[in-house]
Amino acid sequence: MNEPARGRGVAGRMDADVRSDLQVTADLAEKGGLQLSVTSKVGSLYGDAIQSEVRRVARALGVQHARIEVEDAGAIDPVIGARVEAALRAAGVTGGDARPERTVPHGEPTARDRLRRSRLYLPGDQPKLSLNAGLHRPDGVILDLEDSVHPAQKSAARLVVRNLLRTVDFMGAERMVRINPLPLGLEDLDAVAGESIDMVLIPKVEDPDTVRAVHERIRERTDRQVWLMPILETALGIERALEIASAVDSVAALTIGLEDYTADLGVAKTVEGGESLYARMRIVNAARAADCQPIDSVFGDVADEEGLRSWATRARALGFEGMGCVHPRQIRPIHEAFAPTPDQLEKALRIVAAFEEAEARGIGVVSLGSKMIDPPVVKRALRTVSIAKRTGQLADLPAPNQEADSHG
Amino acid sequence: MAERTRARPAVDSGTFHLNAAGRRVPLDVNGRVSLPFEGVGMHRPVGARHGAPIRSCSDYPANGDKRVPDLRTALERCGLEDGMTISSHHHLRNGDLVAVAALQAAAELGRRDLMWFPSASFPCQEPVIDLMERGVVHHIEGSMNGPLGAYCSHGRMRGLGVLRSHGGRWQAIQDGEVHVDVAVIAAPTADPFGNADGSHGPSACGSLGFALADSIYADHVIVVTDNLVEFPCVPWQIQGNNVDFVVEVDSIGDPAKIVSGTTQITKSPDRLLIAEYVARFLRDAGIVRDGFSFQAGAGGIALAFVGYIREIMREQGVKARFVRGGSTSYLVDLLNEGLTDYILDGQTFDLAAVESIASNPRHVATSPFTSYNWHGKGNFASLVDAVVLGATEVDVGFNANVVTHSDGMLLHGIGGWQNCLASGCTILALPAFRDRIPVIVDEVTTLTGPGELIDVVATERGIAVNPRRTDLLDALRASGSDLPIRPIEEIKAEVEKLVGGPPRRPELLDEPVAVVKWVDGTVLDTVWRVAEPPGAAG
Repeated sequence: MNEPARGRGVAGRMDADVRSDLQVTADLAEKGGLQLSVTSKVGSLYGDAIQSEVRRVARALGVQHARIEVEDAGAIDPVIGARVEAALRAAGVTGGDARPERTVPHGEPTARDRLRRSRLYLPGDQPKLSLNAGLHRPDGVILDLEDSVHPAQKSAARLVVRNLLRTVDFMGAERMVRINPLPLGLEDLDAVAGESIDMVLIPKVEDPDTVRAVHERIRERTDRQVWLMPILETALGIERALEIASAVDSVAALTIGLEDYTADLGVAKTVEGGESLYARMRIVNAARAADCQPIDSVFGDVADEEGLRSWATRARALGFEGMGCVHPRQIRPIHEAFAPTPDQLEKALRIVAAFEEAEARGIGVVSLGSKMIDPPVVKRALRTVSIAKRTGQLADLPAPNQEADSHG
Repeated sequence: MAERTRARPAVDSGTFHLNAAGRRVPLDVNGRVSLPFEGVGMHRPVGARHGAPIRSCSDYPANGDKRVPDLRTALERCGLEDGMTISSHHHLRNGDLVAVAALQAAAELGRRDLMWFPSASFPCQEPVIDLMERGVVHHIEGSMNGPLGAYCSHGRMRGLGVLRSHGGRWQAIQDGEVHVDVAVIAAPTADPFGNADGSHGPSACGSLGFALADSIYADHVIVVTDNLVEFPCVPWQIQGNNVDFVVEVDSIGDPAKIVSGTTQITKSPDRLLIAEYVARFLRDAGIVRDGFSFQAGAGGIALAFVGYIREIMREQGVKARFVRGGSTSYLVDLLNEGLTDYILDGQTFDLAAVESIASNPRHVATSPFTSYNWHGKGNFASLVDAVVLGATEVDVGFNANVVTHSDGMLLHGIGGWQNCLASGCTILALPAFRDRIPVIVDEVTTLTGPGELIDVVATERGIAVNPRRTDLLDALRASGSDLPIRPIEEIKAEVEKLVGGPPRRPELLDEPVAVVKWVDGTVLDTVWRVAEPPGAAG
């Protein structure tokens, strides 16, 4: 922040393992025009395209004289643009608008009770992982600006995420961003709230005022309905779960961050999860009380598919509607675990049929054979059938997440 | 003999011909007239098979001991002269120490202008560049990648590189297009008579199939081993009756680079998705049925594919009659689980596979002769129901490139890739883009496989079926497949939108550096000199 106005800025990543990314070094100058030096592993194929994207960003930011050095490992233009902008910003350039042209449509806002079985975390500073994320059909993608981004890279990652939101087709997945804890998170919102996002995850919430502040900042930036999912990661946050979930109407889901929560308790995190049972039940209860979705944490061991299935099955039994994914391989096991079993579905369908028949005949009491069905049982069956319709388990009914397909 | 020993003529790049695939190819390849590609299945060679000179057993030691002290002595006693051809084989892969040692021994003898005829080259053979600079080696006819690929691509090699498939190499030897003067065969186990095998010993590698043709047709054959056993070496894949000399050395290779300890399945979610699509494609197209067969190599996607096809075979309660490798632990698991009756193995990639081929009679070593040879009376490759292959590029006509990168640089050998196109269903399993380079292009940089033989291109963004294969499309419809079957042009357009348009065509000089042979020995395409080192722009 103490850089001189006419200085040097470096952004991006480059070492032998980096792919589809780049590093940019920008030195502002008083004269001499734009001096570009580009080395790229795809230089003979895309050298011209790289040069023209660098020039576009410099022009858009009003930079006339600078030496810009690019070392590229096959990044696409929106990433090149973000890195060049980050380098120029770090060098002291202010003002201007270097956002790339939007190539994906805005899409309709998502429904409050949308299916949210899986949300795939995508590190905001590793753009390569985002390009094909939608292919793995998560219910949501989370472009993460928080824990997966190094503190020194926060503002650079913000630009990458903003550009990806404008140019990458997530194929119907709900578009989520995890911001940083406030106040940094408010700066994140300034960059991304206008990019047709559907949901914001707010980390380490302990106070309903945090949720309100996020809600207000979003409303200043966009008219679009953007849902909120507070993440409770401390003992205090858990104790205030209902207040937080009820802070504003746009809270559509409530979740827990188990790594931080168990650290806060001073206990080890286990695959059985006994140490966090109270907190997770508290989440389920508070979320239901506030009419929003209880969503579970992530299961960190990507290689342990059985462990994941077992965790997800128990999570569903506790009342959760979904959980996070740290790798696309986790999506299918989670979807399977959060789907009603064939037995449950069959029973629910019979109850719903009996309910509809009773409705049609104007009878107040629903019965199946000789057995009377209580209203809460009917309610649960209706919910099961509704989920099965949206997961596609009931094939003749509407496809899952249809309301979001126009993100297309 | 005199003709072969003269210095090789400079390349005459003047005469070109447009072949049946519309590619401009030289007529003169290293002083031989080469026929341009005539179309798939069109070339009918005539004449008789090439033969090795007649020998007499009375010229060989009656006690069967053909040992000589070192490679230099062996080469000298083979009568190695300037301009001759020395062959070697790649069953020791990137751990091979023998090929370079043989060429260096030839250098010590003062020989010049040799042609090196490897079944494939690896980065460990970079020292051959120095031998070419010194004039010991004139040029290479065999796959080139890494440093050797760069050397050839930049036009520094004196002759033209000639890239042949594994089957094409056998064809070239058998019809006399390439005369092997001295074959040097690295043998993980051998006896003093020259019987040799690859499945035992400290440098065990599995099958020695690539060396079989040379052992039969070369004028002279040298076996080099670091595990000499008393006669008889059992089993033997190389017959001592074809061998002139046996050389014992401390080590023929670096075991860590010969086979991998364990072969790892890809962790890339996109590649896993492609592998799963391919397995489901075979199921939905009705190819997975009791007694079917498939071939999959050791690439990341192919290995993951084996995992998915295994699940499908279990679900459907079917087993394969045979699978072909590149064998790895994944194929061995299929065999041990009873999901296939046989592994017909062309190349053995990891420890589990080496152990299996050494101990399981249903894990059988094959060779390019059994599987791939144009002059054979049939080939195993065309009996395979489905094969899963890779490629660097494919065009909208399903023509594919495996030898060069999109920037024109030599990247891979052909291997058995061309030969495998004869299978019932040829599937290219490819990421739709690598970094920002799309895999589907308007025209491939180097044509390696004609599109009429490529049936399916499977990417993470959809599966394109060659419109010629209406039978496959009908079968998919009949089974109600929910796979993302899409026109190849549509996948191409989607990827180009993502990566910022199609790549610029690389700048290639009008100077051939290598030719790509088709499986029948005709010239399918030309590899052109690359103008400047890639990566420099601006």
